[in-house]
Amino acid sequence: MDLDDTPEQAEFRAHARAWLDEHKLRAPPRSGSSEDPDYIGARRAWQRRLAEAGLAGVTWPKEYGGQGLGPIEQVTANQEIQRAGVPGILDVIGVGMLGPCLIAHGSGQQKSRYLGPLLHGDEVWCQLFSEPAAGSDLAAVQTRARQSEDGRFTLNGQKVWTTNAQFASYGMLLARTDPDVPKHKGLTMFVVPMDGPGVTVRGLRQISGEAEFNEVFFDDVVVEADAVVGGIGNGWGAAMTILMFERLTIGFGSENFGSPAALAQAMAGDEAACQDAEMRTRLGHVMTELIAVRFNGYRMLTQLLRGQIPGPEAGLAKVTMVNAAITATDLGADIVGPDGLAADSNWSYLISFLPGLKSAGGTEQILRNTIGERVLGLPSEPRLDKGVPFSELRALETQGAAR
Amino acid sequence: MNLALSDEQELLREAARGTLSRVKTVEAAREALEDESARPDLWPTAVDAGWPGLLISELHGGAELGAFDAMLVAEECGRVLAPVPLLGLLPATSILDAAGHDSLPAVAAGELRPAYVPARPPSDLEPRWTVQPRSGAGRADAPRAVVDGDAVVLDGAVWFVPDLPGAGLLVVVAATEQGEPVAVALASDVDGVEIESLWRYDATRPLGHVTFSGARGTRLEVDDEVIADAWYLAHALIAAESIGAVQTCLDVSVEYAKERHTFGRAIGSYQSIKHELTEILRRLENARGLQYYAGWARASAPEEFPLAASAARSAAGEALDFAARAMINVHGGIGATWEHDAPLFFRRAELSRRLLGGTRDATDRVAAETLRTARAPA
Repeated sequence: MDLDDTPEQAEFRAHARAWLDEHKLRAPPRSGSSEDPDYIGARRAWQRRLAEAGLAGVTWPKEYGGQGLGPIEQVTANQEIQRAGVPGILDVIGVGMLGPCLIAHGSGQQKSRYLGPLLHGDEVWCQLFSEPAAGSDLAAVQTRARQSEDGRFTLNGQKVWTTNAQFASYGMLLARTDPDVPKHKGLTMFVVPMDGPGVTVRGLRQISGEAEFNEVFFDDVVVEADAVVGGIGNGWGAAMTILMFERLTIGFGSENFGSPAALAQAMAGDEAACQDAEMRTRLGHVMTELIAVRFNGYRMLTQLLRGQIPGPEAGLAKVTMVNAAITATDLGADIVGPDGLAADSNWSYLISFLPGLKSAGGTEQILRNTIGERVLGLPSEPRLDKGVPFSELRALETQGAAR
Repeated sequence: MNLALSDEQELLREAARGTLSRVKTVEAAREALEDESARPDLWPTAVDAGWPGLLISELHGGAELGAFDAMLVAEECGRVLAPVPLLGLLPATSILDAAGHDSLPAVAAGELRPAYVPARPPSDLEPRWTVQPRSGAGRADAPRAVVDGDAVVLDGAVWFVPDLPGAGLLVVVAATEQGEPVAVALASDVDGVEIESLWRYDATRPLGHVTFSGARGTRLEVDDEVIADAWYLAHALIAAESIGAVQTCLDVSVEYAKERHTFGRAIGSYQSIKHELTEILRRLENARGLQYYAGWARASAPEEFPLAASAARSAAGEALDFAARAMINVHGGIGATWEHDAPLFFRRAELSRRLLGGTRDATDRVAAETLRTARAPA
């Protein structure tokens, strides 16, 4: 049992550290407004430099611009980026989830056209999955893709909670191609240019007042036949690949989530808080949870190093992380008082941000369902939609509500 | 990076599970509530398995394994509520080994069973070495040691000491008038030592009160860190035992939730039940992660062991509190009957949370260690 680098890993870490030491003064600040084009431009340029230095897309095959290395090296690169106090890549979703989906399911032409610019930040990507009526029940997406005789598809519908859509070049979109089969079967994945006619992106303001997400509307958007990823009717499989990589992405970047160091500093700086039994108990609990998440991340890495793929139990770490972060930020602001909510406080942004994060990447309830069924082997909830063509579901739902 | 069990550790765990499966320990836990003689004597089993020498160096006849290995054995004991006296034994052998004490070969061979008589190391809010009082939420002074060369005279008392009854050798943590910690070895039958045997609520865990009235012992030459480490080792072990017990609570409850039907469905299909069981798993996995942290820290980063062991105990203790109650809830009324196993795990939870300073003290120690690190100059 050890947390040490192998000689090869140590060499990789030394390379990452040396490169970052040399270039960190030219990095943009770690945070900035996603509505400021200059800031986004600087972050894209920084992503290119990280990719060229071999610190981004580390697990991607060499032929697509990656390093062909394992997850441990990507984690090492992320640790060193964190340590250097510089931002990581801008397009975490593209490089971590959508690119790997293209690598797994895309055509040769798609890979050679899209992967290079994606990795280097030249073209940012967004994930067009959730809809107003399809979140936890993702397979209920209604965005419709109709194929014309010339093979092209016409897209109509609305997506929501879309990160980075306001400056993305492409989106990976899950749409319904066949409503007359059960819902998981009639889905297809598409690559959609975000600057095409009929695509409208609208910022979605959240509790903080900032718009970090977007709504995206598709009105008679036409894409070519070769925009399909992984074949018509295979959209659900491609989506599952993306969700698997999402679990990995969460595991790769969770070490400092919840700002344990900032919380410890804040409390240590307030003598009354240090003497307060209730605040000490809260601090003890939240630190315990955050350290547990860190070591469970190491356990997951151990699995990956042995060639095992993390299963749905990884969702438990997300549940713990988000709730611990909520506890941590509440305590951090309680130590300060009302000024903990001031616009320039370390805590107020997180206090506004975290309630929504509870539902991101799966609500806590749906994660617990999945884990209960897939990890503990508990029977699934009886469902009304099994084996029913999507086009007949609405009528069934209305009946169900009336019963 | 490697947080997986080695082949040897897998074997150690399998062997412990196999050995313990030969005794009906859970049934015995119930019978012992009404007849203490029904509690099986697992000391011969422990000796056969080599557990007394787990942490003793090879030079002194032990296996020289690490805290994590000991935790794996403790976890297996916790899984079946086996009354193996590891909590008293292993912290004592750790101190004895650091001192190179004469008794080590006999202890490693199982001929002499030592018991650790604990004291809590000082923290930011409590500068003294203290023990749990006989009653109340406060803390009492650790026994007073008057040191004269190698000889020590002890006065004072320690209450609710795990595995004290029947131990031949006591390894006592006491404090001098100046508040310095001293580790003292003395036979349990010398003049000035009085032991009262008892148990509370969980018959699998023999306890004892010990009173010292001018009792003479030998000073064990060890660093203060070794004396403090024993306290955290006991925490790590109680965490590991709890983790094993939580695993059983989860396994039994999941099986029942698959079989029991209401309104035409298995109750495990209802989200209320499913989410409660998933919460046990979440807490269990967190505690396991911290078990690895504690095992790694004691071997590779001893300065982090107080934090790691305290966090492990806090998470595992609260996981067991939750799991034992959930086990009763999931089973419905039957889970609250004498014949069911759930109340036995509940009894284990209720006692564990109040021993060795209690789970709440471990949680506070996590805060204390966090604040200490944050205050330290970078």
